[in-house]
Amino acid sequence: MDRILIDRLAAARKEHRPVVVATDLASGEKSWIEGGSAAGPVRIDETALAAAHAAQRDDRSRTIETGDGRRLFLHVFNPPLRLLVVGAVHIAQSLAPIASIAGYAVTVIDPRGSFATSDRFPGVAMTDDWPDEALASLKPDARTAIVTLTHDPKLDDPALHSALRSDCFYIGSLGSRRTHASRVERLKQAGFDAAQIARIRGPIGLDIGASSPAEIALAIMGEITATLRRPPAKAA
Amino acid sequence: MAADAETLTLSSDEVMGRAAAWRDAGKDVAIATVVNTWGSSPRPVGSQLAVSAAQEMIGSVSGGCIEGAVVAEAQEVIRSGAPRLLEFGVADEDAWAVGLACGGRVEVFVERLD
Repeated sequence: MDRILIDRLAAARKEHRPVVVATDLASGEKSWIEGGSAAGPVRIDETALAAAHAAQRDDRSRTIETGDGRRLFLHVFNPPLRLLVVGAVHIAQSLAPIASIAGYAVTVIDPRGSFATSDRFPGVAMTDDWPDEALASLKPDARTAIVTLTHDPKLDDPALHSALRSDCFYIGSLGSRRTHASRVERLKQAGFDAAQIARIRGPIGLDIGASSPAEIALAIMGEITATLRRPPAKAA
Repeated sequence: MAADAETLTLSSDEVMGRAAAWRDAGKDVAIATVVNTWGSSPRPVGSQLAVSAAQEMIGSVSGGCIEGAVVAEAQEVIRSGAPRLLEFGVADEDAWAVGLACGGRVEVFVERLD
């Protein structure tokens, strides 16, 4: 293994870039797989590339055998999972610890000072920046989920605009069907097309009949998990 | 050779960070990685152990049952520069064989950090 590889991996982690390193288990040679393409001495065909993508999605490193009989170890280096919650509301108080237990680094965003207080959110990272500014500095990536919970277009909409321009894997927005329909209209007027807007889950969460804030938080966490772990076609 | 709780929870970037620091300090270093598991195994695929020529170690590839053998193989890899793919199965009746008490089987790839 080349010493420089460790620096490249540290840089990728810092910049929240997901990477797979493929090692030929006979020669020890390595190729770097990122953004759907491979670079390096180990030949990575379409099948191996697809296997690397699946390994990345499952967050599980694995050894595969190629069509020409080579054994390749696909080592997944994913950035940490993150959940960015806009709105330091009651549901967020349940969602933050549930997500934290599930392995997410949680940040709660709310510019309304009286909401985002450390006694309501013990041990949770918080920012009182406006959502668009907060998201600009947090730089959501393909391992980030974004949830808006305020019901207030002044707070939710700027967050959704930033979320839709990012690679985040999940966007959910709290609100009834009617609220969501008017949200969709506003986003269309802001220039987003139907396919982009379809990334937003609304009404938010799996349909489990959730009623209390904690149950709604569970439904949201279930939907985030399904989106992360299931192949795209089955996520809905 | 029991691995303590802290060693077991070290992530790959922490293990490789230490390995890089050893290398930068002029030490010869090998990195062992779990590349395959069958049945029950104490550490998941991707777990890493870094070993220096002075037999310092950080990280883990098992609950401690095969680390000794991996450290010994790592010294050979450091000397020759050629990577090795090791396989460990359940401990058999040969008292000298190294094995996993849990009954699983693991493959460990050992390579020199150049």
